[in-house]
Amino acid sequence: MTAISIRNLSKSFGKKRALDNVSLDIQRGEMVALIGASGSGKSTLIRHICGLEIGQAGQSTVEVLGSSIQHGGRLATKARDMRRNIGVVFQQFNLVGRLSVLSNVLLGNLGRIPVWRGTLGWFTAEEKKAARAALARVGIPEVAWQRASTLSGGQQQRAAIARTLVQRSNILLADEPIASLDPSSARRIMEILAAVNREENITCVVSLHQVEYARRYCPRTVALRDGRIVFDGPSSELTNPMLVELYGANSEELILPEALPQPAKPKRVAEPERVPAFA
Amino acid sequence: MDQTAKTATAQAARPEVERDWSRSAWTWASWITLGILLIWSWSPAEMFRWTFLVSDAGNMAEYASGFARPDFSQWRYYIDEMLVTIQIALWGTFLAAVVAVPFGILSARNIAPWYVVQPVRRLMDACRSIHELVFAVLFVVAVGLGPFAGVMALFVHTTGILAKLFSEAVEAIDARPVEAIRATGASRLQEVVFGVVPQVMPLWMSYALYRFESNVRAATVLGVIGAGGIGQVLFESIRGFYYPQASAMLIIMLVTVSLIDLLSQQLRKLFL
Repeated sequence: MTAISIRNLSKSFGKKRALDNVSLDIQRGEMVALIGASGSGKSTLIRHICGLEIGQAGQSTVEVLGSSIQHGGRLATKARDMRRNIGVVFQQFNLVGRLSVLSNVLLGNLGRIPVWRGTLGWFTAEEKKAARAALARVGIPEVAWQRASTLSGGQQQRAAIARTLVQRSNILLADEPIASLDPSSARRIMEILAAVNREENITCVVSLHQVEYARRYCPRTVALRDGRIVFDGPSSELTNPMLVELYGANSEELILPEALPQPAKPKRVAEPERVPAFA
Repeated sequence: MDQTAKTATAQAARPEVERDWSRSAWTWASWITLGILLIWSWSPAEMFRWTFLVSDAGNMAEYASGFARPDFSQWRYYIDEMLVTIQIALWGTFLAAVVAVPFGILSARNIAPWYVVQPVRRLMDACRSIHELVFAVLFVVAVGLGPFAGVMALFVHTTGILAKLFSEAVEAIDARPVEAIRATGASRLQEVVFGVVPQVMPLWMSYALYRFESNVRAATVLGVIGAGGIGQVLFESIRGFYYPQASAMLIIMLVTVSLIDLLSQQLRKLFL
C-alpha cells in the first residue's frame, strides 16, 4: 500500500527553484533517506508532505495514506486531521523550551483527543503513562520533569521523537534530524528511528546530509539536486564515485571525511548502554 | 574534471563581497531626517524659552520653599488614601491585562490575518492615544465621582498599551515550536495556547507589572478630576495653598512608588 504519493510537485522561493516537478511514491513500512547538498530541496519536500508548505498551482498532488493533503497549490480542508497521522521531527527539535519534557511529549496527543480537552491541557492518567513510556523507549525517562530547554541537543531530539510516538502516527518524517548533533547522538537517533520503523512498521522518511547514514540505516535512498530527483534506488548502489558524478564538487559535503564502519553492527565501545529496548 | 575547469567553478562560486551602498545611504538619510524634524519642531515647542530656566530660577526656588517643611500630622489619612490609589491601579491593570491577551494575540501579524489585525490594532490605538484623564471624565459622567471611574479609565487606556506590547512579544516568538505543534494535528487555538503563550509569558508578566507601577502614578493624577485616592486629596491641598501637607503626601507617594518598583523588579526576576 502506498503511504506517500507525490505527483508533479513544484515550488519556487522567489527566483530559486526549490522543487522542480517532483514525483515520488513511498510504500508503507519503508525507510527512505532523502539525500542532497544544502539547498537541494530535501526540507522543502518534507514540509510539503506534512502540509506545512503549499506547492505551486498546477497539477501537483501530495497524497498521504490514500487521501490528498494538498492538490493544485491548495491545502486540503482536512489537512489538520490528516496531520495527526504524520509525525514530524525537525532539525532544531522544535520543543517548547519553557514547558517540561513530559508536557512537550503529551502535546503529541493534541490531534487525537477532543479539542476542548487538548486546549485546556487535560491529559488522562493513561496518556501520561503512555508519554512516560515513550520517554523510556527513547532512553530518557529521567528527564521527564525538566524544562525542555535544559536538555542537550541529542536528548531534545529524543524527546521530539517521543512526541511523535505519543502521536501514534503511521508516517514519520524527519527533517535533518541529526544535522545539529554530535556523531554519537546522531547514531543513537538513527538507531531509534530505525527501530521505530522496524518494530511499529511506521513509514520513515529521513532527510540526511551524509550518505553514510543513509547506507547504514535506510534500505532506499532518494537523492535530490536543485529540486529534482536524480537517484532513486537501493542505498547500496549509491557509491561515492556515483555521488561525485551526481553532485560534482558539492559531493564533498555529502561524504564524511572518515567513513563510518560499514557493518550493520555499530561499535559500542565508549557508549554506555542506555537504550535497552532495542539493543 | 580538469584543472582549469575546477578553478573556473571556484571563482564563480566566490563572488566578491561588495559594499552595500543602499544600506549606508539609508543610515545617512534617517539621521538627516531626524535632524530636520528636530529643527522643524524647535519654535512650535517654544524651545527658545530655555533661557528662562536660568534667569528666573528664583521663582521656582520660592515656590518650592513652600514644600520645605512637610506636615505629617495626618499621615494615617494619607496612607489610607494612598492605599485606595494602589487598589484603583491594581484593578485597572488586572482587567486590562486579562482583556489585552486576546486583543494582543489578534493584533499580532504572525498569528491573525491582516483583516483581523488592522481593525483590532486601530481599536487599540484609539484606547491608547486617548489619555486616561479623558476616559476618566467620560466615566465620571456614567458611574459618578469616585474610584470606580478611575478603575475604568485605567482599564481602557492600559488595555490599549498592553495589547500593543503583548502583540510585539508575540511577533518576536520562535515560530518553530508552533510549527511542531501544528504538525501534531492541533487546532489553531491549541497552537497559540501551547506554542505561543509559554514563550511570551515571562515578557507579558513583566509588561503587566511595569504597567501596574505606571498606573499607580497615573491613578494619583486621576484624583484631579475626582476619581478618588490620594491624588484628589493632594490637589485639594495644593489648591488651598496647604503646601506642608501636600509635601508630606508627595513624600508618601514617592516612597510608595519606589517600594512598588523594587517589589515588581523582584517579581519579574521570578518569571524570567
